[in-house]
Amino acid sequence: MNIFQVAYKNLLRKKIRSGLTLLGISLSAWVLVSLLGFNRGYEKALNKDIDNMGFQVLVTAKGCPYEAATLMLKGGTGLRYIGDSVVNTILKHPEVEKVTAMLMQAIFDPNKGESGGITAYLGIDPTTYPQMKSFLKFKQGSWFTDPEGFEAVLGYEVAELEQREAGDLTLIPEKNIELKVVGILSRTGTQDDGTIFVPIKTLQKVFGMEGKLTGVGVKVKKDANINLVEQDLYDLPDVQVVSLAQVKQTIMDLITTAKMMVFSIALIAILIAMLGVINTILMSVFERFQEIGIIKSIGAMPWDVFKLIWVETIILCLLGGVLGIAFSLGLSKVTEVLIRRLLPYTPTGSLVAVNSDIALVTMAAILGIGIVSGLYPAWRAARVRPLESIRSEGE
Amino acid sequence: MSKSNYALEALNIKKIYKRGSEEIPAVNDISLKIRRAEFVSFVGPSGSGKTTLINILGCLDNATSGTLILGERTIFSEKKKLSERDLTRIRRLVFGYIFQKFYLLPSMTVLENVILPFTFYRKEGAAQDVVEILRFLGLENRIDHRPSELSGGEMQRVAIARALVNKPEILLADEPTGNLDTKRTQQIGDVIRRLNEEEGLTVLLVTHNPGLAQIAHRVIELRDGRIHNSNSS
Repeated sequence: MNIFQVAYKNLLRKKIRSGLTLLGISLSAWVLVSLLGFNRGYEKALNKDIDNMGFQVLVTAKGCPYEAATLMLKGGTGLRYIGDSVVNTILKHPEVEKVTAMLMQAIFDPNKGESGGITAYLGIDPTTYPQMKSFLKFKQGSWFTDPEGFEAVLGYEVAELEQREAGDLTLIPEKNIELKVVGILSRTGTQDDGTIFVPIKTLQKVFGMEGKLTGVGVKVKKDANINLVEQDLYDLPDVQVVSLAQVKQTIMDLITTAKMMVFSIALIAILIAMLGVINTILMSVFERFQEIGIIKSIGAMPWDVFKLIWVETIILCLLGGVLGIAFSLGLSKVTEVLIRRLLPYTPTGSLVAVNSDIALVTMAAILGIGIVSGLYPAWRAARVRPLESIRSEGE
Repeated sequence: MSKSNYALEALNIKKIYKRGSEEIPAVNDISLKIRRAEFVSFVGPSGSGKTTLINILGCLDNATSGTLILGERTIFSEKKKLSERDLTRIRRLVFGYIFQKFYLLPSMTVLENVILPFTFYRKEGAAQDVVEILRFLGLENRIDHRPSELSGGEMQRVAIARALVNKPEILLADEPTGNLDTKRTQQIGDVIRRLNEEEGLTVLLVTHNPGLAQIAHRVIELRDGRIHNSNSS
């Protein structure tokens, strides 16, 4: 029998206590893996959302930058408008490759869900928008047949929710105008899934917004200096320029506080787990005071006893770490739901991205906790003198 | 360990405990010699110093003064005290211990408990066939049992087997039958006597049981930390 087998068998003696300690460690590992995975996943998902917009710069009406960021990523209400003449002005910039005009409108639909909900309509230029978002795939049908027709392309989730197929009609609430569904997009995992796309001219007509836009998407030429383009666009009257980098930074700033809070919770969880480990092993050492003395009387040196207790701690931590990583992989959806409730804005992709590096880092951290937590109990055990345990029997 | 006729020699051993300014002599100037393969019992009332004495003789404790020689090696003397580490080294080379409590690990089988010392140390010449020892002790059918499935006598025999695997020169037994009934006391006494007679093991036995003490070659009676009487059979 080697020292690992002896340590393992010792741990089995108090199954409930060892089990509870194991649970504590695994919960800490779960939190740690989820946090590290979140750190990686959130940025990745955000980048994906921004990349899927198809343009690098959004020109909107002057206003709150946070509102603009929300508009850019989620669609928004309480919108400000710019005149459509700005499109031609922007197109004249030598560094600009493509421009697409957009009009966002949102309307309350009493028949949506159990208590109604907002339906977002995005008026798009049937010529330029599909070019910019060439990666969009259709589940059914295609883009519009008439640039001014009463037609709609539904995002995947809208089609699922309204149970519409290409060829069906969809009603714009309040306006009592029907649009013909000409296409249904495949799932993108972005805000596009929840959007109804309509030719911009049609949407302007329906909502009485002729000549007005909520935003202009700008794609700059390859190798162009985006910052310089932004500077030039800032000179246009009554517009504000929101770049990809700005949006990303704004959102990352918004979630930093939430991240700090979650990190603090994780740190506390780890400290509690560490104290739990120390307590468990120390109790086990005190309970086995006489037995440790006997082990020394049958030939164990102080270092052997130290190793034995240390190995017990490390086994607990390693098992807890493996269990915690398994939890975090198995329950990543639950973790994601919890994180989505905590944060002010979350991208549409997977928020918790765990990979082998994160699992290894977590195992190393948990192992570190085991090594440190085991030091004191192991030292106490190594100091037990056989005579003390034997004397405690009385003469 | 040596070619001396004596397994152990103790000269003027004293052990004094201090309680505040008060000095309490637990062992008071005891000298004795124990021959190889001799079986010696220590008897006496509680507090007479017998456990303290065999703890010192068994290198579980240092004496306050005096000299202890194992074979031809001086373990401690007036000028030489041993660290816990050194005491452990000597213990694992020379002694096998059995105590009133058995201290078997409950999550391990009989066999695993018996070979536990090998986890930490395997002496040159240690038992090659542990099952043979278990057979000698009548435990061959209990190898895979756990301590909770054994009687008190069987548990003590497992503890004896554990003390024997590293082939000690001296078996030190401190009240080994203290937790056992008469029948099992007799069985354990018989096992210890056979180990002495058939295996040539030097045995130091501390007991309150006069009947058990009488199976030894020599019975040393202690009172107030001194040898009161020494009878050879």
